[in-house]
Amino acid sequence: MSVLVVIECDKGEVKKSSLEVATYASQVAQQLGTTATAVAVGEATEDNLAKLGEQGISKVLYDAEPRLKDFVNGAYTKLIAAAAEQESAQVLVLANSNIGAAVGSRLSIRLKASLATNAVELPKTDGGQFVVKRGAFSGKALADVALTTDRKIIAVKKNSIEAQHEAGKTASVENFSANLTDADFADAPKEVVMQDQAGGVLLPEADLVVSGGRGMKGPENWNLIEDLAKALGAATACSKPVSDTDWRPHHEHVGQTGITISPNLYIACGISGAIQHLAGVNSSKVIVVINKDPEAPFFKAADYGIVGDVFDVLPKLTQAVKELG
Amino acid sequence: MKFLVCISNVPDTTTKITFTPDNKEFNKAGVQFVINPWDEYALTRAIELKEAQGGGTVTVLNVGEADTEPNIRKALAIGADDAIRVNAAPKDAFFVAEQIANVAKDGGYDVILMGKESIDYNGFQVHGMVGELLGIPTVAPAMKLDMSGNTATLEREIEGGKEIVEVNTPFVASCQQPMCEPRIPNMRGIMTARTKPLKVVEPTGDAPRTEVTEFALPPKKQGVKLIDAENAGELIKLLRNEAKVI
Ligand SMILES: Cc1cc2nc3c(=O)[nH]c(=O)nc-3n(C[C@H](O)[C@H](O)[C@H](O)COP(=O)(O)OP(=O)(O)OC[C@H]3O[C@@H](n4cnc5c(N)ncnc54)[C@H](O)[C@@H]3O)c2cc1C
Ligand SMILES: Cc1cc2nc3c(=O)[nH]c(=O)nc-3n(C[C@H](O)[C@H](O)[C@H](O)COP(=O)(O)OP(=O)(O)OC[C@H]3O[C@@H](n4cnc5c(N)ncnc54)[C@H](O)[C@@H]3O)c2cc1C
Repeated sequence: MSVLVVIECDKGEVKKSSLEVATYASQVAQQLGTTATAVAVGEATEDNLAKLGEQGISKVLYDAEPRLKDFVNGAYTKLIAAAAEQESAQVLVLANSNIGAAVGSRLSIRLKASLATNAVELPKTDGGQFVVKRGAFSGKALADVALTTDRKIIAVKKNSIEAQHEAGKTASVENFSANLTDADFADAPKEVVMQDQAGGVLLPEADLVVSGGRGMKGPENWNLIEDLAKALGAATACSKPVSDTDWRPHHEHVGQTGITISPNLYIACGISGAIQHLAGVNSSKVIVVINKDPEAPFFKAADYGIVGDVFDVLPKLTQAVKELG
Repeated sequence: MKFLVCISNVPDTTTKITFTPDNKEFNKAGVQFVINPWDEYALTRAIELKEAQGGGTVTVLNVGEADTEPNIRKALAIGADDAIRVNAAPKDAFFVAEQIANVAKDGGYDVILMGKESIDYNGFQVHGMVGELLGIPTVAPAMKLDMSGNTATLEREIEGGKEIVEVNTPFVASCQQPMCEPRIPNMRGIMTARTKPLKVVEPTGDAPRTEVTEFALPPKKQGVKLIDAENAGELIKLLRNEAKVI
């Protein structure tokens, strides 16, 4: 019996959300009195994989097959299933990312496992139960879900657990092969197109986010959002009407019908705070709202607020961040 | 080509969420249910592709009890040709996926479309389960879907970018914007929907694998701390020293 965690890598680096799930997995392993092993996918370096020891991982399985650099649903599923069998994994942990959900749902069928996505806390395992708390109703509720099969799969929501770093601990890195064939790469991407990220910070992984709504008046004013984001090292986001009218690209749209984020800090500029917008951001740890209308509903969901004109307030904030150093 | 579009019946996006006194179930009293917003992309795109191909059928499928029929009729009014309802409460994602896979097996569908995720349970999982149960590829979440003969070209969203993926029928795709502009029913659609076939079938398959033991509301915010606009820089100090997030 063991706990197996899926680690996503990109350009050699382990993704931040994967450091979080590695920590989650080793804590589950401790609860169950066993060890946590990892299987890594994407483009990784041996050094960075060995550093997963800092999150409490003892061993990392890695297949250096070049076609695994990009996400391939068929091949990833087979590779991870083979790792789960080899390690007799009772619990499999992934990030609740587009990759994690795509692979986790297939694996739940292949491994006859029960699956909890969007998990926000460690499972309760006392008294033989296995109950996972997960987000539901688009951030408006939490649900405790009992997983009732022997094998369990948990996809952990980003930023729900802080990655631990025990300096100096290393994991052993082992070559691993699942004897993948061409057929396993049938759904390999023809092409991968990465976006230009403002300031290089990826929105779904960002700790800090500066977001603009219709109150920004037009795309020509987005330099105010970008300047503050750059000063903070934050990613940029927007409300739905802003991406619908092509002021900003679709991938920045957060909310019920956009992406869901849970950064440490979300700064909303000229956004009214409609319930569908809140659904995508209400699990952010700290919410700041800047709006000229004191009655804007967003203030009810905020931790800090400034009633004022974004065109006046944003430059002041950027200046203040620069002065912080 | 035969399209199967799976629709989920969910509380309207503005619903205030409350639970039954034992906190085990969502309190449906007074709640307006709608077609899951993502599923509207799947439905409209299926209809568009059928129209472009000049033939074929779009079947909508829901796993739910009789109270979901108004939204099934709405999907027919938007332009689906016929509907199937598997007569069962959707107990969990695995249970739902098995029902969908069984219907798909019997019906010989070429393309199975769904939404990215349900806005009530936020599972983001039924599509992968159905693909695996049927042994066919799933592309999720898809932002674009074009067909040429039996080959589909899709844009799949990944964190920070997109993949261009080509798959042959049969396949599963889960849809999200900006795939299409979801259609709304027109008068003629509403009239014809009344007489379109809606078949009710009984569930088959295994027991669910998960069970909600308790629902809860997230912890409430303390209330907003307002900072004077004249003194906006103060906010940054609070974020560093008090909230400790920067
Ligand atoms: C099914 C459905 C799904 C939806 N999904 C989403 C979603 O995923 N994401 C989303 O964002 N929306 C979504 N919406 C839309 C949502 O209901 C709102 O219409 C939208 O969020 C409003 O965007 P906004 O706040 O940018 O614009 P508005 O509501 O127009 O608000 C603009 C705000 O800016 C303020 N303002 C104006 N000028 C200034 C200034 N100079 N300085 C400071 N403040 C100023 C105004 O006081 C106002 O509060 C959805 C709607 C539906 C029906
Ligand atoms: C009181 C109550 C308790 C519940 N308890 C649980 C529970 O313990 N565990 C659990 O997993 N679920 C539970 N559900 C069911 C849940 O609401 C979903 O129907 C089911 O889990 C699938 O939703 P999902 O979010 O996982 O789907 P997702 O994977 O997010 O949905 C993706 C797509 O699948 C399709 N789809 C989803 N559901 C249906 C459907 N019913 N019919 C047709 N197509 C569909 C849609 O196209 C949707 O966009 C409960 C429901 C109720 C009302």
